[in-house]
Formats: sequence, C-alpha cells, structure tokens
Amino acid sequence: MTDAIWLVIALPLAGAVFLHFFGRRLGEPLAGIIGTLSVAASFAVGFAAALPFIVEEGAHGETVMLWEWMPAIGANLEIAWDSLAAVMTLIITGVGTLIHVFSIGYMHGDERFARFFTYLNLFIASMLTLVLGGNFAMVFMGWELVGLCSYLLISFWYTKPSAAAAGKKAFIVNRIGDFGFMIGLMLVFTNFGTLAFDGVFERVPEILDEGTATAIGLLFLVGAAGKSAQIPLYVWLPDAMEGPTPVSALIHAATMVTAGVYLVARTAPIFEAGPNAGLVVAIVGALTALWAASIAIAQSDIKKVLAYSTVSQLGYMFIAVGLGGYIAGIFHLMTHAFFKALLFLGSGSVIHGMHDEQDMNKMGGLLKKMPVTGITMGVATLAIAGIPPLAGFWSKDEILGVAFEYGGVGIVLWVIGLVTALITAFYMTRQWFMVFTGEPRWDKGVEPHESPRSMTVPLVVLAVLTVGAGFLNTPFRLTLEHFLEPSFELVKVAHPPEGWGMFALLAAISVGAGFAGMAMAGFVYSRPREIWERFQQGFGRLWEAWAAAYRVDDIYGATLVTPGRKLSERLAFTFDAGGIDGLVNGVGRAVRSVGTRTRVLQTGLVRNYGVGFVAGLLAVVIWLVVAGGGV
Amino acid sequence: MIEVTAGWYLSLAAVLFSIGLLGILVRRNALIMFMCVELMLNAVNLTFVAAGRALGNLEGQVAVFFVLVVAAAEVVVGLAIIVAIFRRRESASVDELASLRG
Repeated sequence: MTDAIWLVIALPLAGAVFLHFFGRRLGEPLAGIIGTLSVAASFAVGFAAALPFIVEEGAHGETVMLWEWMPAIGANLEIAWDSLAAVMTLIITGVGTLIHVFSIGYMHGDERFARFFTYLNLFIASMLTLVLGGNFAMVFMGWELVGLCSYLLISFWYTKPSAAAAGKKAFIVNRIGDFGFMIGLMLVFTNFGTLAFDGVFERVPEILDEGTATAIGLLFLVGAAGKSAQIPLYVWLPDAMEGPTPVSALIHAATMVTAGVYLVARTAPIFEAGPNAGLVVAIVGALTALWAASIAIAQSDIKKVLAYSTVSQLGYMFIAVGLGGYIAGIFHLMTHAFFKALLFLGSGSVIHGMHDEQDMNKMGGLLKKMPVTGITMGVATLAIAGIPPLAGFWSKDEILGVAFEYGGVGIVLWVIGLVTALITAFYMTRQWFMVFTGEPRWDKGVEPHESPRSMTVPLVVLAVLTVGAGFLNTPFRLTLEHFLEPSFELVKVAHPPEGWGMFALLAAISVGAGFAGMAMAGFVYSRPREIWERFQQGFGRLWEAWAAAYRVDDIYGATLVTPGRKLSERLAFTFDAGGIDGLVNGVGRAVRSVGTRTRVLQTGLVRNYGVGFVAGLLAVVIWLVVAGGGV
Repeated sequence: MIEVTAGWYLSLAAVLFSIGLLGILVRRNALIMFMCVELMLNAVNLTFVAAGRALGNLEGQVAVFFVLVVAAAEVVVGLAIIVAIFRRRESASVDELASLRG
C-alpha cells in the first residue's frame, strides 16, 4: 500500500477540486457527503498503508518519491511514510471524517454549504502535505496552505466584520511565525545543502555545532509558536472562534494547531543537537499552558473557554517535545485531538440547539434537552481534567512524568503543569455545570433541542475514542511507544520515571489536582447563579483581568499595531504621495511644460515649414562653402 | 561670339531653382506650389545634364531619367491629393490646411 500513499493526499484534493466546480450544482447534502467520502477514503488508504507498522513492531518507514521537482536542493514531491506520519495521518483523516459528518448537520441551510466542504477538503489535503512531506520544502508548502485554509474558514462568514477581521488577524500573526520558520529553513539549507529529511537528520551530529542547532531550533520555535498559538503569538486563536464551530474543532483544536508540535517532533535531531532550544520550547509551553488556562477560567463565551483551553493544552505538548518526550507529546496530541474535537463539536451542538447563542450565562439546564451532547461533553470534560482511566489522564501524566524526570528546571515545569491541570479541571467543570445544569437562563423564544443524528453520531464516536485512546499507551502496555520508536531512532526519547511506585505517586498527585479543581468548580457552579456570581466577584480585579484576557490585545494594539499603522500611514501619505509621486509627477510636469512651450512651432502652415527647410539648407550650403565641409 | 560653357548652364539651373524655391515659399495655391517643385526638379535635371556633358560621361543623363520617372509618379499622386482636397474644401489654398497646428 505504500506505493499508493499519494492517494492519501490526492483524494481530499480531488474532492476539493471536484466540489469547487460542481459543488453548487450538487447542493445539500450531496456535496457534504462527497466531501466526507473523500476524507474517509483517504483514512482507509492511510490505515491500509499503516498496517505494516502495526503488524510488525519496529518496522521502518520509507520515502516514496512522486516527482522530481528541484532535486538540486532536495525539494521534490516525496512522502516520508513512517510511523509518525502514519499517526498524524490517521488522526487528521479520522477526526476529519467525523467532523465532516458533523458539518453536514451543522452547516444545514447555509447558502455556501458546498463551498464549506471545498475548503474543508482542501484543508485536509494541505495538512496531509504538511505531515507527509519528505523534505522541508513540502512541509513548508503544507504549512502555508493550512494557514490559507485557516484564513478562508475563519472568515467563512465574511459578511460579519468580526469574522473578516479574525481571519486577517490569524493570517498576519501566522506570517510572523512563518518568517522565523523560513529563516530557519534557510539556515538548514546553507548548512546541509539540501532540504530533504534523508540528507539532513542523519548528518546533524557531524555538521551542526551546538550554536547553529540552537539557532535553527529557536527559529523553528518562532514558526511553531505562530502555528500552534504559543506565547507571544497565541492571540489569533481565540479570535479564530469566529469561524464555524466544525472549523474550530478540526483546524483550531485537533489538527492544524498541532503542526508546531509535529514540527518539533519531526526535527527532533536538530533539537537534540541544540538542547537549549528544546528547553526554551518547554518553558514557552509551560508559560503558555498556565497563562491561557488562567484566562479560560473567566470566559463566558462557550467557545472562548475551549479556545484558551486549546492554547493551554498545546503548551503541554510543547513541554513534552521541548524536553525530548516526543512520544509523550504526540500521544497527548492524539488524545487532545479526540477530546478537544469532541468538546468543540459538543459546543457546536449546543450553539446549534440554542439558536446561535454562545454566552454561557444564557444557558443552563440543557442536560435534559440535549442528553447526548451533555453526556459526551461530560466525558470529554473528565478526560481533559485528567481523571483516570480516560485518555487525557494517560497522556497528561506521561508529559508531567517526563518533566519530573528531567529534573532541575523540569521540576518547575512539572509544578506549573500541575497547577495548570488543577485550573483546567476547574474551568472545564465550570463550563459543564454552567451549560448543562441549574436553572435555565435562556433568552425568550429560545427552545433548545437535541441536534440531528449526523451531529450526535460523531459525538458518540469521539466519546468512545476519548475513553479508549488512552489505553494505546499506558505504563502497562506501551503500544504507541513501540509503534513510534522507529521514527525517533536518531534521538534519545525522554521518558517518565521508571518504576510503579513513582508512577503511582505522580499519578496520585496529578489526579488529586484534577479532582481538587473539579470539586471546587462543582461545589460553586452546581449551586444557583447568585452564589457563583458572588464567588466570581470575590476575585475582584483578578477576575476582570482574566475575563479581559489580561488585555494582551490592547497591549499589542498600543505597542505594535498602532505604531505600525502610523508608520504605514506616514509612508503612504507623506513619503509615497509626496516623495515618490512628487518625483514621478515632477518629471511629467517638466516634459509637459517643455511641450507647451514648443508646440507653437507647429503652426500647421506649409510655408513655415518650408522656411525652416530652406534655412537649414542654406546653413548647410554656407557651412560647405565657408568651412569646406569640415574637410 | 561668346562661348557657352557649363558655367552658363549651371547658372541658369541655379536661377530656375531659386525661382522655384521662392515660389514655394511665397505662393499659397497648392497647384502653383506644385509647379514650382517641378521647376526645381528640372533645374536639378539641367545641372545633371550639364555636368555630365562637361565631364564627358553618361551618368548625369541616366540620373535625369530616374528623376523624370519619379517626378511623373509624384505628379500623379500629388495631383490626386490636390483634387481630393479641392473637392472637400472648394479651395486649393495650403494655408487653410493647418489642422495639424500644435
């Protein structure tokens, strides 16, 4: 099946092209079904191609050359099919299929129904290009394409000014990150003379000194921080919630935002040669995890809570991959893809059922009206809170174990991770109680209803995955670990501490933190509204700061956006309009005035021309006679 | 008896040429101007023939043939233009043909 691996990318791409031309005519729901089938088929091909890795433990990957594009710089269309690529492919196409199914219900009645699936399919193809590319050029191509799709989908409802602005913001912030990534790629190329993975990773120890490796690692971090919404470039992700909710689930929770984590894991040999860069990655991740989690506490928009939660969870993954725990990072990437996609789709189901209401203050008591959504979201809440035996517990614990085992700074990161775990449990439980229990606080005329089958079935499937995926990699049976090991042969992968005693101790501490957060939130938010409003007011200014996301957008606006705009205005209206245009207009004016003055010579009278002609003739004759023709 | 040398012929040609040139500069009737051009052409022809004879070769006379042929063609085109203009404007005055004034 490895020879047919190109189909994995080609199928969704074909779907996108087909829907682009014929989607409108096919209409609803046929366009959605075709879009879904193309991704499902891609999943099937990916699964068949991944079988060798599953059947034969420790099977090595291979690079499939599709087309020689620029062999001189190692930039060809080639696919690096190894177990890491396989895991990513299965997550992307698997979760992607479910979200496509969900979208058929969610986008019902939208006048650009088919166009939505065109973009979704294009995104899947782009994301697969990113994770399957066998060289940095292809990865970069996918990297930019997913950015484009993200832009298109965030501003899908572009007639809404806030959605259009959010799309632009996401694109521009990502450009900043991409810039760092691009410089990193140039450094790779100048050092190795090729962009192909085969020619880079194996030669890292002989070619890169520690300083260069650190520089490349840090530049990659800039790119990863942009795409994966880490400090200081995370500001676009909360705004990206303006897009349709399936987009938030697919792109801004499960797949695209994990591209940064994938990048660090894929370029692990470089980070191993420059360990300080990895440490910076981990520290950035830890700070982001705590920072975003604290903001999530006080959000009242159901999707904003999940957005900041995603930023926070991505921080966890950065801790893991930064400290060398690549498998732990990818494991959390996978479980997070399941439970966060579930949470987002659940929130989409709630928003759908509440007639586009996103304010949790206007919800409450929805469990009876939307039982499937309520229960599946409850499962996801338990998972993200790290309650065993759900998926989130195993992956989060592995990351915390890696941090603990690292020692030194790692212990600090471990503590930050624990605090974040507590906060995470708190805000997620808060959300669940605010939405699903208590007195209904609905606006007049809102009659909540459970969503159609096409939306609830994906929720149930994801809930099953959320419960079960953790067992892929438990200390009792390290299936994913053995599966991924061949992809990380060149580096030393960090692990949690050995021994059952340590495992039990660390697990007890983190589960304790999770339960503490849940208990606190449950205690407050299961009671009437007045009580939790008083609880929130008890925090005073701190709560306001969290609710306003620390005013980071305002700070960026005052320090970067406004000066940048002023500079642009000065360049546009003073320098360009006065200087450049003045120069060009000046030349034009000079020519024109010369023309105005000389046009009187053209009288249009033949005799005037005749006189000039004769005068010239006479001059020549006189010159010939007097000077003898200059001879 | 005065001997008629080449100088005489050249002088006559110069006089004819000057008359033609002056005519072009001072007259406004397109037809007259045209005749003046013919006069200048024939003045040049005269210098060709005179010089050819004085130098004892035929090249001057050959050149005259070419001039005659070209002049004939020119007359055909030129007169046609003048007739066309006259039909449109009821006048052959070149001063009225000043629509190219800058």
